Amino acid sequence: MSRGALAAALVPAAVALVILGVGAGFLWGDLDPREREAIGAVLTPARIGLLVLFGLALVTVLAVLGHRLFARLAAPARRLAEDVRVIAQSNAAHRVAPSGAAELRVLASAVNELAEVRSALAADVAATVADANARVEAERSRLAALIAELDQSVLVCNREGRILLYNAAAQRILGGGDASLLGLGRSVFGIVDRNLILHAVEAMERQLERREREGTYFVTATGDGRLLRVQAAPVPEQAATGADVSGLAGYVLLLVDVTESVDAEAKRVALFQRLVEGTRAGLASIRAASENLAAHPEMEEGQRTRFAGIIQEEAVRLSDLLHATTADASERLKVRWPLEEMRGEDLLTLARSRIERRVGQVTKLESVDPELWLRVDSFSLAQGLGYLARRLQEEFAVREVRFRLLPAGGHAQLDMLWRGAPLASETAFAWQNEPFTLGGEDSPLTLAQVIERHGGETWYQRDLPAQLAYFRLLLPLAEGRRGNRGRGETSSRPEFYDFDLFRRSAASEALDERPLADLEYTVFDTETTGLNPAEGDEIIAIGAVRILNGRVLGGETFESLVDPQRSLPEASVAVHGITRDMLAGQPPIDAVLPRFRRFAEDTVLVGHNAAFDMRFLQLKEAQTGVRFEQPVLDTLLLSAVAHPEQGSHSLEEIAGRLGVNVVGRHTALGDALVTAEVFLRLVPVLSEHGIRTLGEARAAAEKTYYARLKY
Amino acid sequence: MTKRVLIADDEPNIVASLEFLMEQAGFEVKVASDGRAALGLVASFRPDLVLLDVMMPVKNGYEVCQQLKGDADTRGVKVILLSAKGRDVEVAKGLELGADAYVTKPFSTRELVAKVKELLGT
Repeated sequence: MSRGALAAALVPAAVALVILGVGAGFLWGDLDPREREAIGAVLTPARIGLLVLFGLALVTVLAVLGHRLFARLAAPARRLAEDVRVIAQSNAAHRVAPSGAAELRVLASAVNELAEVRSALAADVAATVADANARVEAERSRLAALIAELDQSVLVCNREGRILLYNAAAQRILGGGDASLLGLGRSVFGIVDRNLILHAVEAMERQLERREREGTYFVTATGDGRLLRVQAAPVPEQAATGADVSGLAGYVLLLVDVTESVDAEAKRVALFQRLVEGTRAGLASIRAASENLAAHPEMEEGQRTRFAGIIQEEAVRLSDLLHATTADASERLKVRWPLEEMRGEDLLTLARSRIERRVGQVTKLESVDPELWLRVDSFSLAQGLGYLARRLQEEFAVREVRFRLLPAGGHAQLDMLWRGAPLASETAFAWQNEPFTLGGEDSPLTLAQVIERHGGETWYQRDLPAQLAYFRLLLPLAEGRRGNRGRGETSSRPEFYDFDLFRRSAASEALDERPLADLEYTVFDTETTGLNPAEGDEIIAIGAVRILNGRVLGGETFESLVDPQRSLPEASVAVHGITRDMLAGQPPIDAVLPRFRRFAEDTVLVGHNAAFDMRFLQLKEAQTGVRFEQPVLDTLLLSAVAHPEQGSHSLEEIAGRLGVNVVGRHTALGDALVTAEVFLRLVPVLSEHGIRTLGEARAAAEKTYYARLKY
Repeated sequence: MTKRVLIADDEPNIVASLEFLMEQAGFEVKVASDGRAALGLVASFRPDLVLLDVMMPVKNGYEVCQQLKGDADTRGVKVILLSAKGRDVEVAKGLELGADAYVTKPFSTRELVAKVKELLGT
């Protein structure tokens, strides 16, 4: 008997007992001794027994009535309320089963009628919304199809670097190493060097401030050593009015594999250099020797023979050089170095903010020509200047550097100046020829190489009277890129869609503080050889799917069979239908878990009865070295929190209650998909119970009875 | 008094011609085949002018030039940079570092001699 029913029976009985007792007491007190005596004479023991019996009968009748009243009114009323909440919050198709008193049955059918009307209304609204969505969706899929068809690799990211969209070409170019790195909502930093992206974002933000949309270029290396040339184009934020452009909402990355062309270009440049310099030196010797011979006919024989020998020797060397060069050069294609055209002022801003942030030095701008446009690899240059600044600070305690950028002939002259602290020219030379390191960042390049790549020059110089020392960089100017290049007002809306992720902001707060609806989840399930991991049962399948922005990403799933390296009990085959033959040749658990961990990285794990699956995973920690340290949510526990009066919280029951179609049960991936849908429908119900953040959900789950169940 | 010219170049074939040219022009000549040797000879031989190749082992011509022009003792020594590097930025660098002239290889011997004489005021 429930506590409620027990109380309903006991309370009226107790009240009756008290009334009887108190009534009898009063009556007795009111009698005078004569009357008491008379009554005492009338009350024989048999009559007292009869009276007590009568009293007990009255109490029993009241108790039974109380209990019946509870069973017919109170309990059905509570169930009714819970059913109404299910209809209101999670499953509009749910109907109340009439039970209890006639009035409650009438109320139940009235509730059902209301639910019907509500369903019909909801269907109307849904149809209208669906129609509008269909139109948006059609536009969106046209865009997606267009991008998918492009040969060029495209990635669309939001401001924080989450991937909103990618096409097949991007998957080909980036997925070569590991396909699990590329996925919707994943961070682009897993694929492209974080510093390069941040640098590009900074450059694009500066462009947007000036209402320009030039975009920026850089080159990055992939995990498997290929070089990608990346063009980043900004996606401006759209203010509510749609007219004014403010910040950067995201960006589009266009990727081209330039491994071969960059390699070819490097060789081509080296070849050209060798040819030019080799030719100049040889020609100089020939010309000088021949001019000597012509100008001095009176020359003595020995000298004459010597000059003739030089001419012959150099001529042979030149011919050989020319042969070698032409044979080598014919294959090379002309490829542009990935130098970008940018305003000189912007380059200095980037370099200065880098120095101030990473080196902690004060920087000042002495003079700059705002009309100066350069053709540069701004990332490497900013890195190089930052590196020089750091060495000045560390080795010579220089606290402030200044910059000056002016045109000088056909090139730009960029000076980094500081006061005092003269440098030996050997030291300056060494700095220019050592690979840079800055703030934990290493580059294989030296400043000399970076400058060489620009076709520029650099050297160290002192201005004694002014007590100044400086590094001077000569850099190429951008051709025909002077004056205002802004594209003016951006009046038309760019053709971008309402990708919800654009609105996401980086999670600075702890995960526990984050709303459930905002988190990324990996919903997973395992199949096993049995129920006792501690006694040698093993995982034979893992299936998982990701949830992002309240949507199950059906296209991004993880599914793997696992060779358990032990026998497979018949009883378990009956549950999951996986046979010995199917497991032959599958990878062992130590190969599968690292892949699964990567798939689930940075997400919250969700499982039905997750404690069971987690136990299997934990027992493998020592063997595989793979730990799952992220938070875990259990749909079984969450369902018990959401609907405490319901008897069963099996996956089928919950799914039925919440209107989730159950297909493909008892395959790991099938169960994971059902669990994912169930989880998504539980989130709003939990929110009605005041459970909105991850921390609150975990705390509530722990409190439920089921949490005490241990595997 | 006979003016002194130091030739610093690691290519013997060009050195032969330069040496001949300078001697024919009436100068006293010495030869160094790398940057450090050139600096040593500047101290002992005290030349009035140095014909300095840019691409030399040990210490390149830019460095030698910067050192000569940075030292009060040797600032007065005229420097002609001779180089197979002929891009404008390289020329600019040479002149910024204090060279009195920058001559790109190949060059006209007549013009070179004229330039030397002009710098030495002979």
